[in-house]
Amino acid sequence: MASGGTPQERFARLRPAIGETIIGAGVLVLAIVMVWQTLSIPVSPIYAQVGPTIVPIITALALGMLGILLLVDAVQGGWQTAEEKEVTPDRTALLWIIAGLVLNVLLITSAGFTIASVILFVCVARGFGSKAIVRDALIGAAFALVAYIGFAKTLGINIGSGLVENAIERVIGSEGG
Amino acid sequence: MDAFSQLLNGFAVALTPINLLWCLVGTTLGTAIGVLPGLGPALTIALLLPITFKVEPTAAFILFAGIYYGAMYGGSTTSILLNTPGESATIVTALEGNKMARNGRAGAALATAAIGSFVAGTIGTLGITFLAPIVVDWALKFGPADYFSLMVLAFVTVSAVLGSSAVRGLAALFFGIWLGLIGVDLQTGQARFTFGLPELLDGINVIVVAVGLFAVGETLYVGSRYRLGKDEIIPLSGSLWMTAEEWKRSWKPWLRGTAIGFPIGAMPAGGAEIPTFLSYYIEKKLTSRPQEFGKGAIEGVAGPEAANNASAAGVLVPMLTLGLPTSATAAIMLSAFQSYGINPGPLLLESQPHLVWGLIASLFIGNVMLLVLNLPLIAVWVKLLQIPAPILYAGILVFATIGTYGITQSPVDLILLYLVGGIGYLMRRYDFPAAPVIIGMILGPLAEQNFRQAMTISAGDWTVFFTRPLSAIILALAALALFGPKLYALAVRPKPDHVPGDA
Repeated sequence: MASGGTPQERFARLRPAIGETIIGAGVLVLAIVMVWQTLSIPVSPIYAQVGPTIVPIITALALGMLGILLLVDAVQGGWQTAEEKEVTPDRTALLWIIAGLVLNVLLITSAGFTIASVILFVCVARGFGSKAIVRDALIGAAFALVAYIGFAKTLGINIGSGLVENAIERVIGSEGG
Repeated sequence: MDAFSQLLNGFAVALTPINLLWCLVGTTLGTAIGVLPGLGPALTIALLLPITFKVEPTAAFILFAGIYYGAMYGGSTTSILLNTPGESATIVTALEGNKMARNGRAGAALATAAIGSFVAGTIGTLGITFLAPIVVDWALKFGPADYFSLMVLAFVTVSAVLGSSAVRGLAALFFGIWLGLIGVDLQTGQARFTFGLPELLDGINVIVVAVGLFAVGETLYVGSRYRLGKDEIIPLSGSLWMTAEEWKRSWKPWLRGTAIGFPIGAMPAGGAEIPTFLSYYIEKKLTSRPQEFGKGAIEGVAGPEAANNASAAGVLVPMLTLGLPTSATAAIMLSAFQSYGINPGPLLLESQPHLVWGLIASLFIGNVMLLVLNLPLIAVWVKLLQIPAPILYAGILVFATIGTYGITQSPVDLILLYLVGGIGYLMRRYDFPAAPVIIGMILGPLAEQNFRQAMTISAGDWTVFFTRPLSAIILALAALALFGPKLYALAVRPKPDHVPGDA
């Protein structure tokens, strides 16, 4: 790993990388949770030899080993490319997009998917730097309606109902959603 | 019955007006999503999976195959005009293609890419026609132990060999296998990894994972680094008619690219990246004008584009004959088969000849459609590139949400979708490949099934995987693929004073 380069470079590489350490630890924790969950699966003696726990245990052990290898990599300086390291993620953009997703989950059952979709659309567009909220809302509404007709009518998927959906159904006069 | 007469029957299926229409819809949609950055065939087919409840299998697979091939054609347009590869397999096309476009030869670059794709796609589909029955004859002798070993080999190659790191590829793979294990074990009825949530008893839907990784994760990633970095679209320039010299420089790379791409795609390793890079380096070696490489050499577009499409065709061979998907898109198609209750494998050609041969025939027809869609109509697709990013990505998320919510109308699925999206973002940022997650999730349960069958037959004897000659050979190959590169690197370890990077 640490072959070549000037002593300074070697030192820089050996500094643990925070993001990578968290990821490696996360994989290891997942593996431990998996072992714990697997051990709680009751195994009937009939299946004792090739029961439902063998593959989960193998998977958990493999993930645990990979988590340790990732941690080793992380402590030795991580694996992110220099290019990726230089970019600081745009927090504002991420927050806008995440806000849109959270609002969407909260509103989709109560307000109906059209309204939830419009809000999601406006938030994501805002995250990508668009400031024309009214225009985005209109385009978002058009998108939601196209998707509604596409999914609900063509694919026959029931995507629930809300204020707008009920109004559409009344206008088209077809069966309720 | 030989393959040729079977194929003629296939054409009878594919040429019915309704199937021609499905093929046209598929190829058009495929080209569109190939052109649009942020959308790919795996995501699109995942969102369209509910169609399997509505239409008969032949029509659905003609549609999916059209999307699959179309995305390959559309992806090259984006690489050439935008220098942002739409699909990972078209990275190499951007190297020379974008330079050609900057030099005012966009037309020739698009033409050699489209015609090369056509040549490779057609030869590749011919390859499927003749190779598939041979593989089937051979695969009929496979037992569960052999199948399990074959899946192990595919796991190793798609995760450990193709990516930048074996550890990260395998971590993604086992994460996917874990996702596939969640739910009720079909053999014993035991719930596994459901954390007491009744919503998880049926398992996590592959749509949730594919859409989460490829739509939500991708949007978060692009959004996090979008800022002011605008991509520059290079306007169409130069004639779409290639000159005699350009034809002369293109046809050999097309054929060489096909010869490289198809066999690699057809191996249970798959992947389109390796053949495209390989083709690029071979063309660079063989060309009589190496000075043009890096500045817009047409050979560097023609070869990799052909390799890309030929390997896409090759991937369908293990998919249809062994039920072994080696790309994320093929894995999603496998789950479409499962949703019809059809098991792809050696018996598929016998039990569903209409489906398989109709599908293969429609690939030939689709290639012709795609050539027309992508050359005379190229200006239409260029318009798609002008959709502003805020609208494009907001639209992608709205479609992703509705497509997922529609499966069960359960907010739990939406929360899962967004959680997987968050994981997908971190995976992008920390260089974990996404395809092994999907492949692990879909192939994992099948591997487990074969593993347990083999163990039951052998009465719990673990050595069964090593005492069956075929299985032992395949496992040895997998071990070689996994540890070979490491051992090789140790064997030819550079001297201490070796300057890195001069190799």
